Amino acid sequence: MRFHTGFAALFASSVLFSAGSAGAVDLEVTHWWTSGGEAAAAKVLAESYDKLGGDKWVDGAIAGSGTTARPIIVSRILGGNPMGATQLNTGRDAEDLVKAGLMTDLSELAAKEGWADFIRPSKLLDACKYEGKIYCVPVNIHSWQWMWTNPSVFKDAGVNPPANWKDLVAAAPKLKEKGVIPLATGDAWQVDGIFRVLLAAIGGKELYLKIAEKKDAEAAAGPEMKAVLQAFAEARELADPGYVGRQWNEATSLVLTGKAGAQVMGDWAQSEFGTAGKVAGTDYDCLPGLGVYPMLDTGGDAFYFPKSDNPEVTKAQLKLASMLVSKETQVSFNLAKGSLPIRGDIDLNTANACMQKGIKILADSNNVLPAYEQAFSSDTQGQIEDLSTEFFADKNMSVDDAQARFVEIITEAQ
Amino acid sequence: MPNKRPFAPLRNFNAKVAAVPMIATVLVVFVGCTLWTVVYSFTSSRSLPVLDFVGFDQYERLFRTTRWNVALKNLAIYGVLSLVFSLVIGFILAALMDQKIRFENTFRTIFLYPHALSFIVTGLAWQWILAPTFGIQKVVRDLGFETFEFSLLTNSRYTIYAIVIAGLWQGTGLVMALMLAGLRTVDDEIWKAARVDGIPAWKTYVFIIIPMMRPVFVTTLVIIAAAIVKIYDLVVAMTNGGPGIASEVPAKYVYDLMFSRGNLGQGLAASTIMLTTVLIILVPWALMEFRPTNRKGGAK
Repeated sequence: MRFHTGFAALFASSVLFSAGSAGAVDLEVTHWWTSGGEAAAAKVLAESYDKLGGDKWVDGAIAGSGTTARPIIVSRILGGNPMGATQLNTGRDAEDLVKAGLMTDLSELAAKEGWADFIRPSKLLDACKYEGKIYCVPVNIHSWQWMWTNPSVFKDAGVNPPANWKDLVAAAPKLKEKGVIPLATGDAWQVDGIFRVLLAAIGGKELYLKIAEKKDAEAAAGPEMKAVLQAFAEARELADPGYVGRQWNEATSLVLTGKAGAQVMGDWAQSEFGTAGKVAGTDYDCLPGLGVYPMLDTGGDAFYFPKSDNPEVTKAQLKLASMLVSKETQVSFNLAKGSLPIRGDIDLNTANACMQKGIKILADSNNVLPAYEQAFSSDTQGQIEDLSTEFFADKNMSVDDAQARFVEIITEAQ
Repeated sequence: MPNKRPFAPLRNFNAKVAAVPMIATVLVVFVGCTLWTVVYSFTSSRSLPVLDFVGFDQYERLFRTTRWNVALKNLAIYGVLSLVFSLVIGFILAALMDQKIRFENTFRTIFLYPHALSFIVTGLAWQWILAPTFGIQKVVRDLGFETFEFSLLTNSRYTIYAIVIAGLWQGTGLVMALMLAGLRTVDDEIWKAARVDGIPAWKTYVFIIIPMMRPVFVTTLVIIAAAIVKIYDLVVAMTNGGPGIASEVPAKYVYDLMFSRGNLGQGLAASTIMLTTVLIILVPWALMEFRPTNRKGGAK
């Protein structure tokens, strides 16, 4: 029953707000880049936008992960109180909003600047398209398929630093003896992330594509999928009991400070190592595709521009969109964020060893996987997350049970 | 004019005008939105409401979902335990406070303080207290009991009880305050009469005082029950539904499905079930409690 009152309050406040917003030059930008490295990257964008003169970037950072921020952003747009621009993940986050005609059409600008020519991989721009029109600006590429390790922890325990997933599993008992957490993880979405990485790294490209793109229930019931779930069952033995409710950057800092051996986390974790002044290759190491199959998905962040009645706001939105894809912004922003740029025509020679690895992998389009966000609706993603976290927490749940449930989800997926 | 009775609808005209905003709110917000919720729970709505009816599909999926069933079970456990314990502990605390003790104000403040905190703060504080890496478990282990195990939060089977404990810590103070107010309304003469008759104190409480406090109990029950059904923030702060899905609650399912997973139909179906459950419990009770013939009785 409290939801009804909640709705009413939301509605009332949105009416009040939209009546009050007239200033065109203050462009409110919402995003959830709030950890140390992320905030630095957001600041780069804000400063470059303000430097263009005239319009101002009003920072609307929402603390917490996308899980917290996305509903706030979406309900503000639906409630008629849209911000000037907002970050969302590349993919189907905003699908329904675009369908309902709530987003500014960027096609004209995109054609003028020739986005299709330089945005790479081209899948990124496809994710922004609906009925041939472009509704978002991809700003970076983030991939989930990375494992971050602290080599000195392994050396202290008398084992070689792992080169792949199997090594980590084998080294785990030695690490535990030393009181080190073999695999640091946290909140539900991080646990789910381990599962999606294992799906690509243990299952291989073929299985990943069958499940993500074709929603092939037979593949989901097959032996390769079982191997993935078995690896995931190994993973649940590697985590410490304190993982419940831990933030991702806390987990990263466990690795950083030598309290944990490894973390499976997307490449945004790198910005935490960077902010802490650690050097890739010596202080920490990175294993794309868990060192098994070096393939990366191309999720990432994109900016959406909710439609506004005010032409001044629309103008400011297009100006921001154009800036986001520009060469200068792409270089400075992605170096700060630890992500890969969306342009194929810029040189990132200042990037560190791990980023170079990533750039190399993505240069070959055979190594590019579609991200969950592009493949599954947020509803299906949620169902998979429920399953993976339940399995991870409940050591009595068997691989077969989990697989049966997974098949059910994939069969229903749209 | 002075002798003429006013036209019936205009009787108490000012009072009726004053009630109009409230009536409108009730009709539009409560009744209107409830109907809207029920209607759209039969559609295939995703992020946006669409009138595409799919029958009971959403309900079928709802009851096939493990997470929802776990959530219902958790609500039942949480509901029964916190109802029973907060009433019992609250009443006992109030009875103890009523013994004309010294520093009563101080104690009352201490017990009532947790209620001044938001559930988020309570949840975080208890998360820290119960976390195995730096809470009670660590303190006791540091004292020398190396094998001491107290991991309510991280063991899927007991997490919901950790939430019950935190909920009780927060809510019992209020129950105590209400009960204490109720106890103070009991006439001293009754106590004197009981003492003259040589009835032991506990018997006086159970057979005389508690029945006399029926209205207070009803009020308290309604307040606690409402708090139970809408439990959400405490869970979010303490465990976020984890480990896994072990401490999920219905309200959290509704919120997640509606807002972060863009499946309005499913979320509305879940909230309709929540509403139905409340109605099933509430309607028979309300009929009994508020039936007109009861007017003369103690309860209003």
